[in-house]
Amino acid sequence: MKSNSKLLSAPYTVWMTVFIVLPMLLVGYFAFSDKSGAFTLENMMSVGQYSNVFLRSIWLGAVATVVSLVLGYPLAYIIAKMNAKRQNVMVMLVMLPMWMNFLLRTYAWMTLLEDNGLINSALAAVGLPRVHMINTAGAVVLGMVYNYIPYMILPLYSVLTKIDESVIQAAQDLGANGRQVFLKVVVPLSMPGVISGVTMVFVPAVSTFIISKMLGGGGNLLIGDLIDMQFLGSAYNPNLGSAVSLVLMVIILICMGIMNQFDDGEVNEKGGMLL
Amino acid sequence: MKKAGGRIYTFLIFLFLYAPILVLIVFSFNDTDTGSRSVWGGFSLRWYRKLFEDRLILEALRNTLLIAVAAAVVSTVLGTVAAIGINGMKRLPKRIMMNITNFPMVNPEIVTGVSLMLLFVSAVRVFGGRSLGMGSLFAAHITFCLPYVILSVLPKLRQMDPNLYEAAQDLGCPPVKAFFKVVLPEIMPGIVTGMIMAFTLSIDDFVISYFTSGTTQTLPIYIYSMTRKRISPEINALSTVMFGAVMVLLVIVNVRNGKDRGKTSPKEV
Amino acid sequence: MRGAVAEAGLLRLCRTIICEGSARRIARIQGPGDCRSQVACVRFLNRKKPERRLSRKVQDFAAECLGKSCLALALSLAFLPCLKVQAGQTQVPDRNVTINVYNWGEYIANGTDGSMDVNEEFTRRTGIRVNYTTFDSNEALYSKLVGGGADYDVIIPSDYMVSRLIHENMLAELDFSNIPNYQYIDESFRDSEYDPENRYSVPYTWGVVGLFYNTDYIKEEITSWSALWDDRYAGKILMFDNPRDAFAIAQFMLGQSVNTTREEDWQEAAALLKQQKPMVQAYVMDKIFDKMESEEAWIAPYYAGDAAILVDNNDNIRFVVPKEGTNYFVDAMCIPATSIHKAEAEAYINFLCDPEIAGANMNYIGYSTPETAAKAYMDQEMVESPIHYPDAEILANTQVFVNLPEDTSKLIDSLWAEAKMGGPGESAVLAAIILGFLAVYIAIIVGKRRKRRRELQ
Repeated sequence: MKSNSKLLSAPYTVWMTVFIVLPMLLVGYFAFSDKSGAFTLENMMSVGQYSNVFLRSIWLGAVATVVSLVLGYPLAYIIAKMNAKRQNVMVMLVMLPMWMNFLLRTYAWMTLLEDNGLINSALAAVGLPRVHMINTAGAVVLGMVYNYIPYMILPLYSVLTKIDESVIQAAQDLGANGRQVFLKVVVPLSMPGVISGVTMVFVPAVSTFIISKMLGGGGNLLIGDLIDMQFLGSAYNPNLGSAVSLVLMVIILICMGIMNQFDDGEVNEKGGMLL
Repeated sequence: MKKAGGRIYTFLIFLFLYAPILVLIVFSFNDTDTGSRSVWGGFSLRWYRKLFEDRLILEALRNTLLIAVAAAVVSTVLGTVAAIGINGMKRLPKRIMMNITNFPMVNPEIVTGVSLMLLFVSAVRVFGGRSLGMGSLFAAHITFCLPYVILSVLPKLRQMDPNLYEAAQDLGCPPVKAFFKVVLPEIMPGIVTGMIMAFTLSIDDFVISYFTSGTTQTLPIYIYSMTRKRISPEINALSTVMFGAVMVLLVIVNVRNGKDRGKTSPKEV
Repeated sequence: MRGAVAEAGLLRLCRTIICEGSARRIARIQGPGDCRSQVACVRFLNRKKPERRLSRKVQDFAAECLGKSCLALALSLAFLPCLKVQAGQTQVPDRNVTINVYNWGEYIANGTDGSMDVNEEFTRRTGIRVNYTTFDSNEALYSKLVGGGADYDVIIPSDYMVSRLIHENMLAELDFSNIPNYQYIDESFRDSEYDPENRYSVPYTWGVVGLFYNTDYIKEEITSWSALWDDRYAGKILMFDNPRDAFAIAQFMLGQSVNTTREEDWQEAAALLKQQKPMVQAYVMDKIFDKMESEEAWIAPYYAGDAAILVDNNDNIRFVVPKEGTNYFVDAMCIPATSIHKAEAEAYINFLCDPEIAGANMNYIGYSTPETAAKAYMDQEMVESPIHYPDAEILANTQVFVNLPEDTSKLIDSLWAEAKMGGPGESAVLAAIILGFLAVYIAIIVGKRRKRRRELQ
């Protein structure tokens, strides 16, 4: 089996070269060339104009990631403590919304958040003042949290279930109280789950382009919108779009690198990143 | 006391997860002329009727399923074979392969979509031929499904005892037969998981399809164009139907998984 | 052919009426107390060629249709089976050709509200299938056409985009012998500035831009674009989500030409848009229908034709063309040079120019038709409405978009992104972000190394 193994992965290698490596090279080529194909740095320079967009995307993405972590961790913990049968049901319940088209899910929030939407109607019916929610940065964060929180819960859950109960008991026997056990034992042991959860939420949140359009009203321009604008939107300029994509990729790869550093040693076993 | 707190918390999170979906479903039965999304006007199935009369939606659905099935099958075959190859590699080439495999999963979807669009458009420009459509969608979907197949097959291969295959050969089994008789059954759960994943990812994909579809419409793309226009409750009906389909699918998968778990190792999720 | 088409149309009309069997519906199709459509039907029946004649029975039925009241129609259900057979015969077999049509959203009658489903009708009559997709701005159309690798057969850009596409050799010259219905296009819409020799385009609709506002919330009478900058309506204002239309509003307020190439002019307009941004609820295109109807927003600029949906369906929404002047546009049907179904695309264009179809279409979409002949098939109310057909005084105070040089286009694009961002960014900030991340990364690696070394010692 080992002798012809190289041959076996050859079609895959060819495929990935054509459809992953080559396109990335193309993005690089477009980013550093002008319309006629001549080399230029102009695109990369003009990405700087959009630093506000980058700042906002990273900020909103980070907020969404933190909120997901804070909301998702307790749930993952609760689920991990249930008996096996209920665990399965719960995990399925967490996954179920994720399997529905995300455009539809986001659209549903529009219905809820509008000034005359269901939440505000409910508030008004109870006699509370209406709250303006739609088309704000908060609505965009909410959309991100809603769409990506399963990606946070699931890795956390799978790590938490693997924590050996005897380790916790040992800590308790040694006199640690509930809080100490949680902070000194459970949290450090669940770090790999936190890392993969954070990456899995942060990356799509930073680069989303529909959520901001639907819930942010077009005024909360994010990197994804900017890229979409240059390729299929109102300002056709694939060269600038490629440059923006390239910068986005660099930022994300650095973030991944940082995250991987927290994930001591275990990276190699999973055959992880070179970074 | 603590338990009650946990229950309430769980309930609140699930409320957060399901409230929007519930709203969509309820309003798909709304009987309204104006297409209002927050005023209840009585029960009706008219939006479902309209949905199933909509030729474009049905066409989009057909395209989506066609691509999903094809992409799932091709990427499963290609991915399984590749996973076997990668598993047998030495350390450095293995690492390089794993990095290439991980890359599309780490890379923002929109960048993958844009880069594939550049590739296809350039290819059309250089080699001529027809423009983007089913072909490019198909290639793009296989591309982003492949890593998931590989990553679900590889652990199974690693778990497998490498001596098994050799033992079969020692006993006179030809390599191909040994593969089908020994290796394949061992890694089958991984393959099936990978295929299901590829299928659902392909059905649900919007971002990459959006950039590589040309004039072809898949369901997510059609939904996107619906959300941009004057909104009709037809979209709610569509959500409900899709939600129902996904639920049925999940239940089936879960029942199957449950059986699997009973038979093989209890560790797999 | 023509006779057959008319027959099919009539049969379809009758069939719908019978199938629905609802008096209310018939009243809607034929228009209350308006015998225009009946007259039209009779005219068609008389015109049809003998070899294509309808069966006696159907003719009787048609006469009945035209002569009797709606209620009697609903009762003549007995005719249904034979009618169906007849309709089956006039259906043209599938030619196994699909043309890709790319049009603005909400820009064709689609069968709702008792309108004609134009695309389906086309397929039924010609056997050519239509893959109909929509865009929401001229610029998006351009992007998709140039860089999206899409093979459209019919596109419907606006004037300035038509001229841009002509300049860039992206349109195919039309074969007007395939578009005999071009004869119905009014003289005043020919020899236009954007297509001086009438070689590439056929006008689809025209119109002006104005303000829609909700009188329940906005009590004063709006006469100026400045209402979009009024902080009393802050958070309830919608704005165009495409640069050219959005900038034009600022430019009308500043009294500039919308086609200026002076950079300072555009900067000035951009400053005005930036100033407006905090008050804008959302930058939208076709979502305006939803937002205005649900009273999410109170005031929004949009195209006059959409009054057919907004003003006619909602008593509290009014339309006005501001006094500073406005944009006058013509949207025209074109065939991209890359089209491989040119003849079929021309058949589609020809079909849309058929006065009967154009009339039915305009009845639904509400934009103004460049064919006087089509008005005979439209609701009289709409034809006489000053919203849909503004008077000469308003039209005199309009400007037409012209294709701008590339430098100016680029400037607009970056100014537009800037306006939506709320201000320009600094390259230094971006560099700082990246360097900051890198620094953290390196610091962690270095820190870890040190730790490991210490542990080893």
